[in-house]
Amino acid sequence: MNFYSVRAIYTFEMARTARTLLQSIVSPVISTSLYFVVFGAAIGSRITEIEGVSYGAFIVPGLIMLMLLTQSVSNASFGIFFPKFSGTIYELLSAPVSSFEIVLGYVGAAATKSILLGLIILATAGFFVPLQIAHPFWMLLFLVLTAVTFSLLGFIIGIWADGFEKLQLVPLLIITPLTFLGGSFYAIDMLPPFWQGVTLFNPVVYLVSGFRWSFYGISDVSLGASLTMILLFLALSLAVVSWIFKTGYRIKP
Amino acid sequence: MTSNLEAPLRRAERDAERVVAPPIVSVENLSKTYASGFQALKHIDLEIRRGEIFALLGPNGAGKTTLISIICGLVNASEGRVLADGFDIERDYREARSRIGLVPQELTNEAFETVWATVSFSRGLFGKPPNPEHIERVLKSLALWDKRNNKLITLSGGMKRRVLIAKALSHEPRILFLDEPTAGVDVELRREMWEVVRGLRDSGVTIILTTHYIEEAEEMADRIGVINNGEIVLVEEKRELMRKLGSKQLTLHLLHPLGEIPEALIAYHLELAADGKELIYHYDASLALDCESGDDASGITALLGDLDAAGIHFKDLHTKQSSLEEIFVSLVRGRQ
Repeated sequence: MNFYSVRAIYTFEMARTARTLLQSIVSPVISTSLYFVVFGAAIGSRITEIEGVSYGAFIVPGLIMLMLLTQSVSNASFGIFFPKFSGTIYELLSAPVSSFEIVLGYVGAAATKSILLGLIILATAGFFVPLQIAHPFWMLLFLVLTAVTFSLLGFIIGIWADGFEKLQLVPLLIITPLTFLGGSFYAIDMLPPFWQGVTLFNPVVYLVSGFRWSFYGISDVSLGASLTMILLFLALSLAVVSWIFKTGYRIKP
Repeated sequence: MTSNLEAPLRRAERDAERVVAPPIVSVENLSKTYASGFQALKHIDLEIRRGEIFALLGPNGAGKTTLISIICGLVNASEGRVLADGFDIERDYREARSRIGLVPQELTNEAFETVWATVSFSRGLFGKPPNPEHIERVLKSLALWDKRNNKLITLSGGMKRRVLIAKALSHEPRILFLDEPTAGVDVELRREMWEVVRGLRDSGVTIILTTHYIEEAEEMADRIGVINNGEIVLVEEKRELMRKLGSKQLTLHLLHPLGEIPEALIAYHLELAADGKELIYHYDASLALDCESGDDASGITALLGDLDAAGIHFKDLHTKQSSLEEIFVSLVRGRQ
């Protein structure tokens, strides 16, 4: 393991976050706070409790998950896309680092940022709604696994994208709709039976459900199914990243 | 007297060491065909000697950057093998790459980073523990010390180029690739950078540079390689190359202008210039006068004798040797 190389990439990426604090931390926190105000306080006051949990508290795990997914993808994709775009990737490719170390540096930094952001949003939520975390270990495990998995997905998107448009395409057209339709703001059984069936094909449902279970002990699908789905997705992302480095796809002609 | 001899003797010693020591870069049967089907390199064999400045010349698209990119790990080879300081660039990539520094052609950098941060990052990326003293030495040698806290976006083109060199030197490489190092750099700065490169060579770093500026190769290189259409056309000591391929031109400034070349001198293929005031004779620079036998294959001795016999006198003369640029152009054209 080339410790200094991984540290260099990791600290470089973290320094970028510090430089862009407004965009990286403040902006997501403000937008999540707005969700709490609109959905939690304004609309939520008209909605009855869901399985014994107030609506404002019910949406907290889903909102954290929404930010976690979008920010993981966005951080990691930008982190690797920018060196490609500016040409500084030459240095990364000519350095004595393995593909594992490159991924560890970039994905590690992106996941760290997302986890920090998730925890900040969680703390922010505490100002708006009464919070309880029934299974703190599982909550952290889901937080870390989801951040790492979606940072890996972001890394793949960053390699695949050959322009800023494509960089935005997957987060905007796939991640955000899947999260909104993945039970962030409602329980699956609130949907008509047909859409309940359809929604089970949405992988984000399993993430939100597992994460919400760690807070309130209530879930749409079983904990095992949630865990299996996230591990499956992690394995798939790792396989794609390993293929990218093996073939040099879009980084090494 | 002794001090006058020291420099050439040291140079001769260094030259001898370079030739005897195993090559620091060894390229064997290297080929590259891109996915588009374009064959950029065709069975290249090349050896770079330890501690030399090697200039790789070639027209646009000849394969210079592809060759450098493969050695540095940016492009996959289709066929062949490269050893850097004895280490295979694929099998032992960590060892090989830690010995190599690369200064790319494009001015690529992280615009919002400071000079100090970006150079320190490069050292870490290449697996070296922090060493502020070394970074300070590098920045001072490249006249960047005063700019260490400046963001890269605020620097001039020449300074950005020097930052790229500083980044490449941050991990103390033994081999430095400079891809068009002085492109877009003004004349004064170019000369300063040549001094920096010479200083690096004197500290034991092997330099491989590609350039469009023949003057640059002529000024700095110990050996020259010419690449064209993906093939190495020749590799030669610079002095030897100029001696072998350089034609010389003798210009005689005549005392009385000539209207035409006299019959007796037709065999010399002379040219008249400046309204008959100058007589020009081209000859092969490699055909020197044999001091022992007195034979002069260049034909100059015979020409001067014949001119005297024909009653043609001159008040001055000068000779001019082809520049590397002229040699390069004739080589590339010859292949086409």
